[in-house]
Amino acid sequence: MTTDLINRLAKIVGPGFVSGEAEERYLYSMDPGTMPAAAPDAVVMPANTEEVQQVILLANELKVPIVPMGAGLVLSGLTRALRGGIIVDMKRMNHIIEVNPQSRYAVVEGGASQGMLKSYLKKHHPQLKHSMPDAPPIATMAGNVCIHGSGHLSVLGGSHSDMLTGMEVVLPSGEIIRTGSCSVSGEWFARSPLPDLSGLFVGWAGTTGIVTRLGIKLFPSYKHNDVLIFVAEDADLMPEIISRLTSTQVAEDMTPWMSPKPAWAKGFLHINIAYGAHTKKELIFKRNLLQASVREYIDQKIAGFLPLPPPQKGRFLEIPSPDLARFADLRKGGGFEYVGALMAIEHFPQAYRAGLAIAEKFNVSYSLGSRIIGAGHCMMFFFAYAFNRADAEDVKRASDALEATNEAALKIGGIPWKAEEPAQKQIIDKMDPNTFALMDRIRSVLDPNQIMNPGNWEK
Amino acid sequence: MEHEEILHRCFRCGYCKLPGNYVDINCPAYLAFRFETYSPGGRMWLLRAWLDEKISASERFAEIMFSCATCGNCVEHCAFPEFRDRLLLAFTAGKEALLDAGQVPAPVRDYLTKIQLHGNPYGKSVKKSGQWLDGLDVALFSDQEHLFFIDDVGTYDPRGQEIARSVVTLLQKAGISFGIITDAMNSDGNDVKAMGETALFEDLAEKNIKVLNKLNVKKIITLSPHSLNALKNDYPALGGQYQVFHYTQVLAFAMAGLTFSDKEPEAKIAYHDPCYLGRHNTDYESARMILRSVPGVTLVEMDRNRNNALCCGGGGGNFFTDILSGGDETSARVRVREAVDAGAEILAVACPMCAVMLEDAVKAENLDDRIQVLEVSEIVRQRF
Repeated sequence: MTTDLINRLAKIVGPGFVSGEAEERYLYSMDPGTMPAAAPDAVVMPANTEEVQQVILLANELKVPIVPMGAGLVLSGLTRALRGGIIVDMKRMNHIIEVNPQSRYAVVEGGASQGMLKSYLKKHHPQLKHSMPDAPPIATMAGNVCIHGSGHLSVLGGSHSDMLTGMEVVLPSGEIIRTGSCSVSGEWFARSPLPDLSGLFVGWAGTTGIVTRLGIKLFPSYKHNDVLIFVAEDADLMPEIISRLTSTQVAEDMTPWMSPKPAWAKGFLHINIAYGAHTKKELIFKRNLLQASVREYIDQKIAGFLPLPPPQKGRFLEIPSPDLARFADLRKGGGFEYVGALMAIEHFPQAYRAGLAIAEKFNVSYSLGSRIIGAGHCMMFFFAYAFNRADAEDVKRASDALEATNEAALKIGGIPWKAEEPAQKQIIDKMDPNTFALMDRIRSVLDPNQIMNPGNWEK
Repeated sequence: MEHEEILHRCFRCGYCKLPGNYVDINCPAYLAFRFETYSPGGRMWLLRAWLDEKISASERFAEIMFSCATCGNCVEHCAFPEFRDRLLLAFTAGKEALLDAGQVPAPVRDYLTKIQLHGNPYGKSVKKSGQWLDGLDVALFSDQEHLFFIDDVGTYDPRGQEIARSVVTLLQKAGISFGIITDAMNSDGNDVKAMGETALFEDLAEKNIKVLNKLNVKKIITLSPHSLNALKNDYPALGGQYQVFHYTQVLAFAMAGLTFSDKEPEAKIAYHDPCYLGRHNTDYESARMILRSVPGVTLVEMDRNRNNALCCGGGGGNFFTDILSGGDETSARVRVREAVDAGAEILAVACPMCAVMLEDAVKAENLDDRIQVLEVSEIVRQRF
């Protein structure tokens, strides 16, 4: 069976781009998080949409599971082959197809990386930028959009799925479809005014199709950029502070963070506020607006802005910042688990306290924080736990902390983000049964042979 | 295995796959094969898995390990300070462990066997290592200021020999005092060491050091950046203490003494940073200084330059073993396309291996009418 599968895949993509060897089966069986390994039978790397289609048709014929994968950096094991089958590594499809500077969108292939688009825009369209997540630059745009990621323009533009303008998708049955304006006009400017079929593929953990192209919104790139850090000691103040800062509508990104390291940061709640402007005068105006919005706290001497020397400011303006990846080596162990939960902003104090309690209970190195989505419409609160990959007990501690965090997030009223398979079950348990029944019905229509990333979003 | 205690610390974040400006994939092996296994992070995890007996020492695993071109892009761009300094050391230790386990790709075995038997990978007699001179009048080393050290490619490969002759002619024109050794030098051993064959490297180096010390050599000019790296960084620990320069580092300061023709052809030139001169020895300027001082030359930069340069794919012994050859996305082929995109008419190189690799790539890409690969000394000499 496996030999036949490999041979037939080789006929589609060429023998150099398919493997059933032990090395690939091992490495693709896990991601850098704590989820247990689940090995595929084969890994395949298509070069274009037609090859993706052929691979899916073959998987249907052979009733073999198929798992789409971008950079494999989700940390929650969504690209593991839970029931074996084929992992489709999309990174050969990494072309930037189009940039429309007037209507400010880019069309990219399903394996195109965040870093490549950033570099491309800087060279060819320096007046434009896209929202980069905090993930390393090799992370793919399709992967991040499909998990409802967020990034350094998320106060301005919402989550990355909000910045999606359309998709080309190969359905589990092999048909190639388009969503959004590109399905009618050939241009990729918006998802409206049509029925929003993009929602069939975002947040589904790869169970409804493989995204081969997508359109994303671009934003003005400013000549002058700055970051302010507002510091408070009382977590209960944070929702109102966030509300006031976002009400100015000048920030591009707001990321509260709480960490015991560096030592000067311990015990304080920080909010990084990034903003930019075309002129220095405009930048000062925006800074004044932000400062005025929280003046009351400064006057009461219960919070204030952190003085930042220029070198430190530069570090905070680095996009993407390698600091997040460096957190993985905090315990000299190359691992960290990153649990995010989407939740209403008023739950900030509860989430913060829950994170501290879990870190203490499981004795894990932690970093807590959040990213504000939209003009204070919600937030992605994250709990990051570093662990030592070489220490099985430490991995277990991080894994247990992860599970406890998911429970805590759900209890608070949040929803775990890019939830790993066990957390998906926790969510389903709390989900309106009719909602889950609809999800099941949709999938049975799209994927009658149940080949797409099975094991995810299942009871 | 040496350095095994760091293997698990790799997070596989992927910074190592890219240059600092993220423009495209910059790891030659990952670029050619595209499986995660061929990336630096993949190698780290596979080595750990092998030591933990989760995978075996297969042909595939050996190919993955020996496909590393040791270009140093991963060391340059890994997000973890200090840890990154040991990345290539860990890969080399992994290759050494595979050699000990007897699992070596056939071309690697053949390369090492030839060097063991003949002192060079061409299987030629060391006694004939002066044939590259081809009538040039060059003094044997006696009491000159410098020894000119020619690597295997410059000594035995026809294109490398052309480059060696070109550099010799230019050094003479610039009035540099140097002599050569024609019948006693073995391979510099740089790529042997990168392949993990430490004992063979030490044997080669000690033989060379014996000859060099006997002749009381103090200063060495190398043709190849690979030789520069070995002689400058590895020979001292084995008793070979010399002042070592790549020829561009000597020539850069002698350019003012050269006179050029009044009718120099205009040319847009992109300079390809060799990994063992650039990332390994942090000299990004000597060759550029030379090119900037040549009349008629307009220097253009490729997207990936200096510490972000894309390797030609010939390092780590791949020049001889060819593990990275084949396919449209070999780093040499990508590199010549990048040079054309930068508007260059000439792709300047400062390493005989890069010259051969990139010339082959120009042919494979059918870009002969768009771009020419020339060694820096050839560009200078064309304009006398």
